Amino acid sequence: MTILKRVPKGAAIAAALFLSTTAASAFTACQVTDTGGIDDSSFNQTAWKGALDAKDALGIEARYLESQAESDYDANLNSLQGGDCDVIVTVGFLMGDATQKAAEANPDQKFSIVDFAYDPTIPNVLGQVYATDEAAFLAGYLAAGVSKTGILGTFGGINIPPVTIFMDGFVAGANYYNAQNNANVMVLGWDPVAREGLFTNNFESLDDGRSFAQNLYDEGADIILPVAGPVGLGSAALADELGTDALKIIGVDADQYLTDPDKKHVYLTSILKRMDSTVKAVIETAQSGTFEGGLLVGTLANDGVGIAPLHDFEETVPEDLKAELAAIRAGIIDGSIKVAN
Amino acid sequence: MSKSLNETLDRSAKALLERTTHGRQDFETLVIVPVFAVIVALFLGGLIMLATNVDLATIGKSYVALARGSVGSLSALSETLTAAIPLVLAGLGLALGFRAGLFNIGAEGQLLLGGMAAVVAAFMLDGLPWVIHLPVALLAGALVGALYASIAGWLKAATGAHEVISTIMLNLISFRLLDYLLRQPFIQKEGRADPISKSVPESAELPRLLDWLDPNLRLHAGVFLMLAAVGFVHWLLFRSKIGFAFRASGENPHAARYAGMKSGLIIVAAMATAGALAGLAGASQVLGVLDRATPGFSAGIGFDAIAVALMGRSHPLGVLLAGLLFGALEAGGRQMQLDAGVSIDLISIIQALIIVFIAAPLLVKTLFPWGFRADKKAKGGTQ
Repeated sequence: MTILKRVPKGAAIAAALFLSTTAASAFTACQVTDTGGIDDSSFNQTAWKGALDAKDALGIEARYLESQAESDYDANLNSLQGGDCDVIVTVGFLMGDATQKAAEANPDQKFSIVDFAYDPTIPNVLGQVYATDEAAFLAGYLAAGVSKTGILGTFGGINIPPVTIFMDGFVAGANYYNAQNNANVMVLGWDPVAREGLFTNNFESLDDGRSFAQNLYDEGADIILPVAGPVGLGSAALADELGTDALKIIGVDADQYLTDPDKKHVYLTSILKRMDSTVKAVIETAQSGTFEGGLLVGTLANDGVGIAPLHDFEETVPEDLKAELAAIRAGIIDGSIKVAN
Repeated sequence: MSKSLNETLDRSAKALLERTTHGRQDFETLVIVPVFAVIVALFLGGLIMLATNVDLATIGKSYVALARGSVGSLSALSETLTAAIPLVLAGLGLALGFRAGLFNIGAEGQLLLGGMAAVVAAFMLDGLPWVIHLPVALLAGALVGALYASIAGWLKAATGAHEVISTIMLNLISFRLLDYLLRQPFIQKEGRADPISKSVPESAELPRLLDWLDPNLRLHAGVFLMLAAVGFVHWLLFRSKIGFAFRASGENPHAARYAGMKSGLIIVAAMATAGALAGLAGASQVLGVLDRATPGFSAGIGFDAIAVALMGRSHPLGVLLAGLLFGALEAGGRQMQLDAGVSIDLISIIQALIIVFIAAPLLVKTLFPWGFRADKKAKGGTQ
């Protein structure tokens, strides 16, 4: 009798265990980071947050592989093949070729890549791209209005479109400020016509972030926009030492006031590229079976891009400037202000 | 001042080299120490994971993943071998230099420029049949690697500049030179503003060996190149006249000179051979795996190869085994990260620990006295 009672209980426990493990492994989203690493306070971390948000909201599994060098892209993508991943999210323009190769070799595997648009599109790859210049335009206008020296600085990681689009928008925003207010604010570090400027040629070196910021500061810049993932943390360290009266930093990708809490006071604002929300959205479509290859564009209008709150600078930025920014934002969304020319 | 610096460098490099080259006959240092070093490193790696709040189950899982990802499947073996190819090639070059008494830190730079030359040769000569195209591209890599390394050799022979310093500096120059070259219009890929080279045409690619089984298997014909190089270096070092000169001048440069060997020529020749092998490592990487050159394509292989050569006790077979171990750690580390969510940085820590223990055989012998007693008795019998 006792044995008979026990058996169903044991079976029930076994069944419950079995169910819970199958439920947990029912849907898995895998992510391959770029060389900046999962904890870069910026690009990769934001994209990974999207996977974690999806994990919390949808109860899925999320895994990641970090690329330590560009030569890891193929190897990392390979080790995710074999049916364990329901959707593979690759993070970064530089992974474009590797993702394409993997997608063509594995046509039944769903892929999504942050920052790359294939032309023509690949049926099993959804590209996520961002009109970051719209948000950077606002940041450029804000920085031009706040700068005391009338000189802004910017530098990038590598001269590739997802980086330079920040710099394009930033310069355009500063120029728009000049046109509206009859001012003469200069932006050092990027020439949008010649497509040339300052680049560290990596997304890793905090030392480079510091020395590039130092050079721009020596040239008179008092607000700097580093567009190079964790490299900008080095620039923030310099601003921290010099004091925010001398140098302020504009964060990129995530709200760096929140992701870099030690140096949060140096960030005037951050240009948000909401990779977390698009990654989460892609995982949702993959889970619900509505996934389609193609292109997903984040804009100011759909909150795919934006600028972060001013936090500590809320008091110091004049109300007029804030009102102008709100008006410009509306203008960009309704199309009356053109960001790109 | 500079002379005393040179002497200090010489002495410390010699001390390190002596340990790697003289211990080779000793079964204990060649086999037992590395095996224990790996065990201790894995154990300490586990302790480090514990210290960073990883629970025991995850640690167990991560080591299972390490084994599974390195040798547990065909794709794991393919990844291990793929990662080992450039490490062994560059490691052989370094081992050869160590034998000749040259502590060459420059494999990274030689590998970068050799790889770059292979890519340029590959796309410039597009249209050739592969039987000519592939060897020419490989040869270009070896040649440029050799030339670049022989700069350091020549500086040492002609001016006495220490190769440790000159090769480190040449590495730094090669990084920037690569950045510059990748931006030149005839090298840079069309339509890109970032530093990236044109792609390698198919006829210059090292063919994939297992892609008929599964297109994701990356093992390429470079594995034959690796094995051939092991045989060649073994022959060169232990069977050829020039190899004897390398070893003689490494053991005792003065005696070699009095025996009538031209020390300057030997230094340049040893550096050039080492550079050719490093250049070949770069070429096999771009022609077999990457298909193009980008700024960081060497991924530190040239530095890891130093550890491979030291661990292999500068013996060609030892280098092969050490390279396979490092390849296995790289492939397994990926699986470890995936299955257990353990950081890839931990693999670097374990690799570093292995090297520390191998570099300190006395430490391992103190930790595991019972592992060595039997051997000592056996030796005592013959004495």
